[in-house]
Amino acid sequence: MSGAVVVAGYALRESVRRRVFVVVLLLTLAFLGLFAFATAKVFEQTGDFTVGRNTGTLDATGLVALTMLGLGMFAILFLATVLAVFLTLGAVRGDAERGLLQPLVVRPLGRTSMLLGRFVAAASVCAVYVALVYAATTLIVHQASGVWPDAVVGPGLALIGASAAIVALALLGSVFLSATANGIVTFMLFGAGLVAGLMQSIAEGIGSHSLGQISHAIAIALPFEALYQAGLHALTANQTGFTGALIQLGPFGSSHAGGVGLDLWAAAYVALALAIAAWGFARRDL
Amino acid sequence: MPPALSVAALQKRYGRTIALHGVDLEVEPGELVGLLGPNGAGKSTLVKIACGLVRPSGGQARVCGAPAGSREARRALGYLAELFRFPGWARAEEVLELHQRLAGSDGGAAERSELLGLVDLLDARERRVEAMSKGMQQRLGIAQALVGGPRLLLLDEPTSALDPVGRRMVRELLERLRERGVAVLLNSHLLSEVELVCDRVAILAGGRVVAAGRPSELVHAGGIEVETAAGVRRFEQATREQVPELVAELVGAGERIYGVRVLTSSLEEAYLDAVGGRQEDAA
Repeated sequence: MSGAVVVAGYALRESVRRRVFVVVLLLTLAFLGLFAFATAKVFEQTGDFTVGRNTGTLDATGLVALTMLGLGMFAILFLATVLAVFLTLGAVRGDAERGLLQPLVVRPLGRTSMLLGRFVAAASVCAVYVALVYAATTLIVHQASGVWPDAVVGPGLALIGASAAIVALALLGSVFLSATANGIVTFMLFGAGLVAGLMQSIAEGIGSHSLGQISHAIAIALPFEALYQAGLHALTANQTGFTGALIQLGPFGSSHAGGVGLDLWAAAYVALALAIAAWGFARRDL
Repeated sequence: MPPALSVAALQKRYGRTIALHGVDLEVEPGELVGLLGPNGAGKSTLVKIACGLVRPSGGQARVCGAPAGSREARRALGYLAELFRFPGWARAEEVLELHQRLAGSDGGAAERSELLGLVDLLDARERRVEAMSKGMQQRLGIAQALVGGPRLLLLDEPTSALDPVGRRMVRELLERLRERGVAVLLNSHLLSEVELVCDRVAILAGGRVVAAGRPSELVHAGGIEVETAAGVRRFEQATREQVPELVAELVGAGERIYGVRVLTSSLEEAYLDAVGGRQEDAA
């Protein structure tokens, strides 16, 4: 276990000192700047749109604020995926091909400890990143609209869980795939999750039960998507009537209630991905 | 005391390709053994099995009495891979510190300074790896392999990126390690280097040990060359023991002798004899 801690410390240092981290930081600052600008502009327009502010069951300010937050969550999940992939895409096969792994693996720490250390480091960096960017977007929206989401902490935690699941998947891929192939596969899985969310929106829009079931099954098979949907749901859990219905059809996939069952499944999923990765790594000739 | 490295009937298959056909080899504590062979002979595979990077298909390999790849075995060895890299963002000192922590070494800053001094990198301790020349990185790699005071050192082409001064430094370092009782398995293409420092040599070809022994045992007599007033005369069948009689005979025949040389084949010739036409064999 102490070996895992040493590797985690090493990987953490690597994470923050590689140039890719600076690129992600710059992209994030650009995103937050644009998000703040867009939010301010949207609420300028919303002032014209909401004559009388609450028109019946439609709370235009709330609708726009929560839509912006949902948009922010989608962007955060995407940026966290980029970060998770760049931190882990070459962790095993890629590093072995470059000759970075061999000097470490011959040391008396187990390969499982090494993998666990890499996971802890990447998941921690992603968790801190997601928490900071989520907090920033929430504050930006609140500053512009005065609206807080129905749940503040829950959606952030869901995003952190989603990023951990992506880290585990990318780490698993790194055992069996070259770095480039792993990056492509992980982004394709991310895309598949996104498609599942869009399918869910369509299913709800047209009232298709079977399409809804299929998309829900995909979301469960890719629990980062289910966690993202659960986060979106927590964001708008108390919205009812027309506002609630509009938010359900939001532009970045439908929301779906989570719960302890999903949390346990996501944790088991991460553990299973890591276990398969450890099994494959133990059998890999370097 | 068990051998530092003991390999018996070691086999390795990569799919249909057989890299090792049942290799036997022992390296005793304090012994410096050179591993020679053409590309694809199985040298790197043998070294990688010894340090647990590759799993054998058959036979066994033990490091200081422990099965190769086990935690005990890895605790006893230091390894420099043929193709290795350290993260470009790390400083020399950080690389060694990381390896100290992974190896469980409590040598601290004193050990790091000693190792950097051994490879002439003390002045570069704060330099990032990405700012180092290839030779400096290779010397840092050697220092890394020595972290924790290994009993067996596995060096895969340790001087490939070094200039003649760097090669000489490594030779001297290896001799010092031998004096300390460290066993070294040196995998190299530089026959002259191996001949200079190694106690024994094993030549691999096609996954088999085709010749093994002391360098002086592997080379063979090549005759006697005598410089006379009439020119250089060569006696190809003569041996060192026959020199006095040969000189006496020539002097008796009225020849004036200016010099006598005992000819032996070089390790290179012995190597070429052993591997025959197996250059670039598939492993």
